[in-house]
Formats: sequence, C-alpha cells, structure tokens
Amino acid sequence: MARTEIRISGLGGQGVILSGYIIGRAAAIFDTNFATMTQSFGPEARGSACSCQVILSEERVLYPYIRKPQILVVMSQEAYDKFAPELADDGILLIDSDLVKINGRHGSAVTFGIPATRFAEELGRKIVLNIIMIGFFTAMTGIVKEDAAREAILQSIPKGTEELNLKAFKRGLEYGKELRAKGTSKTKAASKPSRPAAKGKAAKASP
Amino acid sequence: MTQTAQATNEHPMAEWLRMDRMPHIWCSTCGIGIVVTCFTEALKKSGIDPNTVAIVSGIGCTGRIAGYIRLDSFHTTHGRAIPFATGLKLGNPRLKVVVMSGDGDLVAIGGNHLIHAARRNMDITVICVNNFTYAMTGGQVGPTTPTTAYASTTPYGNYENPFNLPRLAASSGAVYVARWTALHLRRLTKSIGEALHKKGFSFIEVVTPCSTLYARKNRLGSGLDLMRFYHDSSEIEHHAELEKINIEFQKKIVVGKFVDEERPTFIDGYNARMKEVFGDKFKEYGEENGQN
Amino acid sequence: MVPTDPQGVLTGAHFLDGDYACAEGAMAAGCRFFGGYPITPSTEVAERITQRFPMMNGIFIQMEDEMASMNAVLGAAWAGKKSMTCTSGPGFSLMMENLGLGVMLETPCVVVNVQRGGPSTGLPTLPGQADMMQARWGSHGDYEIIALSPNSPQESFDLMVDCFNLSERYRVPVLFMMDECVGHMTERVVIPSAENILVEERRYTADPPDKHLPYKADENLVPPMTPTGKGYRFHVTGLTHDERGYPVINADAQNKIVRRLVEKIRKNAADIIMLEEEQVAGADVVVLSYGISSRVVIPAVEKARSQGVKVGTMRLITVWPFPEERIREIAANVNSLVMVELNLGQVFLEMDRCARGQCKTFLVPHCGGWVHDPEDIYNVLMEAAK
Repeated sequence: MARTEIRISGLGGQGVILSGYIIGRAAAIFDTNFATMTQSFGPEARGSACSCQVILSEERVLYPYIRKPQILVVMSQEAYDKFAPELADDGILLIDSDLVKINGRHGSAVTFGIPATRFAEELGRKIVLNIIMIGFFTAMTGIVKEDAAREAILQSIPKGTEELNLKAFKRGLEYGKELRAKGTSKTKAASKPSRPAAKGKAAKASP
Repeated sequence: MTQTAQATNEHPMAEWLRMDRMPHIWCSTCGIGIVVTCFTEALKKSGIDPNTVAIVSGIGCTGRIAGYIRLDSFHTTHGRAIPFATGLKLGNPRLKVVVMSGDGDLVAIGGNHLIHAARRNMDITVICVNNFTYAMTGGQVGPTTPTTAYASTTPYGNYENPFNLPRLAASSGAVYVARWTALHLRRLTKSIGEALHKKGFSFIEVVTPCSTLYARKNRLGSGLDLMRFYHDSSEIEHHAELEKINIEFQKKIVVGKFVDEERPTFIDGYNARMKEVFGDKFKEYGEENGQN
Repeated sequence: MVPTDPQGVLTGAHFLDGDYACAEGAMAAGCRFFGGYPITPSTEVAERITQRFPMMNGIFIQMEDEMASMNAVLGAAWAGKKSMTCTSGPGFSLMMENLGLGVMLETPCVVVNVQRGGPSTGLPTLPGQADMMQARWGSHGDYEIIALSPNSPQESFDLMVDCFNLSERYRVPVLFMMDECVGHMTERVVIPSAENILVEERRYTADPPDKHLPYKADENLVPPMTPTGKGYRFHVTGLTHDERGYPVINADAQNKIVRRLVEKIRKNAADIIMLEEEQVAGADVVVLSYGISSRVVIPAVEKARSQGVKVGTMRLITVWPFPEERIREIAANVNSLVMVELNLGQVFLEMDRCARGQCKTFLVPHCGGWVHDPEDIYNVLMEAAK
C-alpha cells in the first residue's frame, strides 16, 4: 500500500473525528501500517462542516496533510459540497445516502451509498452512525483489516457500549459486503442510479 | 534599630533577621520594619517550626522583606508573589507560605492574582503593607492612594477611586481579613498569629507611614506625625460593614478583624471531589506530598 | 540517572496526538505539578494531565493567566516538584518576564509552546514556527536557554523526558517548541516501561545549612539546589546576586552571574545538543530544518537526489543552544546551506551567522498556517546546488 489519503467529513457532533481516529488506530496499532491523522480545530470542529484527515502508508508519513484524497467519507450535505471537489479522479466516495444528495460526477471516482442514518435509528441510537460508516468503509475499501477495525473500535468507545457499537460496525460491514457481492466492484458505473448497489436516496439522485 | 544593636551585643531580632544584610534599605520612620517585627513576634509565639515557613515577596520597598527575614525566602517579580506562593504551597503543602508585599505590587499589577487566590481559598497568608504609594519608584499614585492625595504622577491630586482592600479580599473569598495600622503593634501581632494558624486564604492590610514620599508630597509632616494621626483617627470596629470602611484622605481609618470564617481550601476541595469520584483508589494530596 | 516512577508511565503502543504524547512524556519524566491557562492549540496537554494526575499524586491548577502559571511553576519547582506549563504564542509572550525569573533563580522546569501562527492572535488553530527567536531572546537581559523541537508525537513523548532531564541537570527552564501540526497530529506512540525511562533526579546540596551557599556552582557551572523547608533559611532573588543569593547591585556581581548563566549552557553545549544528520559527508547542499518542517523536507530532498544533487540533511532536535561549531564545520565543506522553517527567517539568521561567508545560504520561508510545499523546497535546493 502506497500512501492513501482519506478524508472523513460531516457535521460537528457526528463523531467524525472519532471515525478518523479509529481508522488510524486500526492501521497503526492493530495492523502494521503507518497512520497519521490530523484534524480541523476551532469553530470549524464544533459546528457545520467538520472533517479529519487520515493518511495510511507502508512507510512513515512525511507530508502531514492530504491533498487529493483517494477516499472521501461524507456524512452531511455541507461536507459533500465542500470536500467532494477535492476527491482524486480514481477515488472512492462513501456517503450516508440518507443525508447526502449527489449532485455531480467526480472524475472517475466511484460512489457507494449506505442508508446509515436509517440503520442507526434501527439500532436505537443515532449516535452510532459513524461506526456504521466505519464498517462500510472497511468493507468497501479493504484498507484496514476487519479485526483491526473491530479492535480499534472496542478500544476507542466508552465502556458499556461495546455491544451496540459492534452491532453498528457489523451492520455497515455486512451492507458493504452485500453490495460488493452483488457485483458492484469499484467501477465508474457504481455511481449510476440504475445499479443495484445504489439503494440509497442519494445514489438515486445522482446523474 | 542600630542603636539598640550597639547598646547590647546582639540585636534582639538577630535570630530572625539576616544580620549580614544590615543596614536595610528602608527610610527612617518607614513602617515596613514594624510589620517585620510584628511578623517575627507572631511567628515566635505561634509555635510553628520556622524551618517550614517560606516568605514570598514581589517588588517594591515591601518586596525587600524577603531579603531581610531569615527564613526560606523568595524575592520574585513585580506582582507575582501570590502565584509563586501558590506553586510553593501546592508543591509542598507542609510549608507555611506567607506573602508580604506592598499595595502596588499586590493590588495593582498583582490584583488579579490576589482575587483568584482568595476565591480558591489558597492556604496562604498575605500581608499587604499599604503606604498609599509606589515608594521604590519615587511616589507615584497607586490603587490605594486616597482621592485628592498628591503623588508624583498626580501632581494636581488623585482623581481616581482607591480600592477598599478588606472589602476586596472578603468579597473575593478570603476566610480571614483584618486591617491595622503600624501603630497597632500588639493587635497586629495577634492578628498575624491568627492568620498564620488560619487554614485558607488570610489577608491583613497594614496601613503604614511613608514619610519620605507620601507624607512629604501631601504635607503630612514626619513619620511621627503620621503615627499620631493613626492614633487620633483610627477606630477599632471588628466585623465592621465592609462597604463603609473606605479610606478617605486624612479621614477616619476603621481597623479591626472583619472576617474570620471557615471554608474548604483549594486542596480540601480537590481531595473531596476526587474521593467522591475515585473512592479509595484516590490517595489524598497533602503534607506527605512535600518532597525534598 | 535512575528509572522513573512507574505511576506516571502508560507503557504500551498508543495512537496519540503530539499534545497528548507531550503530556505522557511529562508524566513519565516524573512531572507532578502543572500550572497553566487554556490556549489553543496547546490545551490538550493540560487536559490529558488533568485526567491522569489524580491517580499519580500529581497536582494541577488552572491559573488566572500565563504570568501566574509561569510563577506557580517556579514556586512548585522550589517546593521540590518537577513542574511544567504549556501554552501557545500569546501566552508564551505573557510568560517571558517570569521565564527570566526562572533563569535567574536557576529553576528547573519545562515550558511547552505549541506554536501557532502570529503575530498577536494570528492563527490559533494552524501551525507556525515563528516563536523561535522569542524562545531564544524573549525575556529581557542576557541569558542562554535550552529549546528542543519534536517532529512527531513519538518524539513529543521522548523529548519531554529529555526536557525534564536537561532542566534538572542545568537548572534552567527548558522550552519545548512544538508546532500545531505536530501537536495535533495523531500517530503511533510507543511508551517504554518505567525501568527503561531514565530520569535525572534533583540534585540537592550536600552542605549543612551553616556552610551552604545557594549559588556556589560546581565544576559544570551549575549549583546544586537548596531544599525549601529544611532549615537552610536561604534567600533567592531575581535581582543580581552573589553566591549567598543576596542582591548585589554592581557591575562585578552582574558580570559574574550573567557570565555563569550563559557559560553553563555554552560550555555544556555538546551534552545538550541533539542533531540528526543524514548524508552530510560529501554533500554539496545541506538542508537544515526542525519540527514538522523536517518531515516535509524529505520528499524534496529525495527528488533533488534523484536529479543527481548531493543533498545532506540536518535536523535540529535541540534548536537552542544552536550547534554553532558543527554548522561552521559543514559550511566549510559545502556549496550551500538551506534553512526550511515556518517563518520568514529566524533560525536562518543563526545558520547564516555561523556559515560566516564560507558558503552560500538560502532560506525557504513560509509565514505559517500550513506547511511548506515540498516543491518549493525542491526548487530552492536546485538553486542552491548551482
């Protein structure tokens, strides 16, 4: 794995930073990669569009910021509008299709949607949205190992919430796996509304 | 002082002073020496091991006290004696920490530290020598200079309102507050003794003569005249209503002990809270944390 | 040196940002007093300390401002604690007067500055390296100081232990000059076991109180500390003083004390200075950097090397005292020295001074708020190689 740049984005309070932390931790502590996470601070981290950056690499990360993320995880429309344009041409866009409406094509990037908000509500706690997204991320990118992600989640969440969070992770992971099993590999076509993978609202709306 | 030393072989306070630093820099009839005497008397009577007492001073005439009293003593920067003392006390709770400094040092440049140490009920004693002026720098107006009084930077008379120090200290949370003048030797000594034994933030204002600058600029006569004025114009009123004890130029000075109450100190509060949270796992922070 | 108190050591592999790692390094080094005031981007250091201090008998106080913080740190150090504070630009400015008191009283302590963009409020959430000259000269008067600069969270941990050790060894406040980028960067940090973390214990005088002179220096020009509360009845002052600690207001006393304060650092510079050099021998161009800039430099260096340019690198882990001798040596053997830093030329001035016309000098400037584009560094390297 060469250098992979990832941006996780959404609203303040959605657990955006924690998602980046868990992905980085999974790679750097429970796997054998180098990971560098940086985050936006100040008012930006407290309201509206909030994001963090994770760089995964086989070698030590030197340049600390991302420039053209290969993976963009989006959990709010505002974050989508703000960050989608920077996505690398061959990148992967992962969205919560309940919250994000795709309104453009992003080079040859592929988009995968998951109704994560609905899943979170089904699990009884909207707060696990970010963990569902991590499960989805793990399935769709394969960049962190399942076990590493699971371990990183367990080590990063409040005690007593393990079961809920593991369920959330599993929900995201399995949805992603199903999507892939249905033949939706990382192709341009994945973002087309006609594909079976595009179950979410957002994907339906994409051009 | 020096005359006494000549008359007997040893200065009666030799044990408490750095005699190798005498003569001191204070002017004749200055009130700071009186405060030093009262403090050492009080300390002697207190039964406190002097080796555990630390003096912290800031800058100014009174700031030099730390240099003359033979105890562990720290002469710090202007205004910062209280935060230095805070670190000293928290670093080694076994120490009895006393701040002695002037009105400009403690109340102007260091005013924020004074109110916050009082608010926290930091377990230290603060003795504020109030001579109504910045004496070391030549008699400028200060935060306690009475309105209309002359100073080198108020050549037409002071047009600001001074602080009422006991009220400031009390409303900030001090658990012991008193005011005396340099004339009230016995009462001041007793008061310092009480303050030393008081757990928490104790504050004593001592109104002292500065004949060289304050008295001269205001044509108040000699140091003796100022002592006479204290004699004639001070009124003892314990637990006086603090809003009524402002010091106005050459008017009545209300003295006495105004506040003497109990409240948990900073360390008490910390220990209580942590015990609540961590139970027996928490080891209390206290005297055994005094290292070295 | 002795193995540290295990209570403060969180042995294991962690995913920590530079600020948290800094706090862990401090606790591992034996720091048990923290006085501070919140300021972005350094506050996480204090937050981590407050979470962990109660279980290791440490004491934290949030002071009313940075002047108070600095003084509380000095007071606690004199009370026997290993103590520290942490701040950023504006707070660092407020600490300067009393940093000088720390220097004058020869007080071991550590001051962390997580540098953001300035001047004034500047860029609270974005990186800068523009307080470097303030670190060197920020308090009034002549003095020498020690300043270290980490380039990763791991090093933030490791160097904090060094900071405390150096401060004890030389009785001087040690400045830890992080930058926001390292402070807010999360990476793998491995914390060794307590027996593998060696710490310098405070060296107290062996003399009895009646024979003791608080500022009588040893052969290293460092006086052993006087313990408070042990009957020494000693005096210390920010005024110019003699070996007794008594104020002496004349040029002779000034000459003695100021020279010693300066010389104790300069003469021990070899022990204090930590550098990381790579391919310096035979290089035509040597590029200097510190903190986050030292990471951003590498892609540029690699690219220049691929173009056949012989580039060496020197990373200043210790920035102050500056490695004068080494720079002079290198300057005699290269075409150019290049400095990469997030300011418009601060440590560059020292590099340029030490080069003394022996070679060309170049600066790759940046006003802060981000890190350099490696391409800009590359362009200067190619220019420097001409």
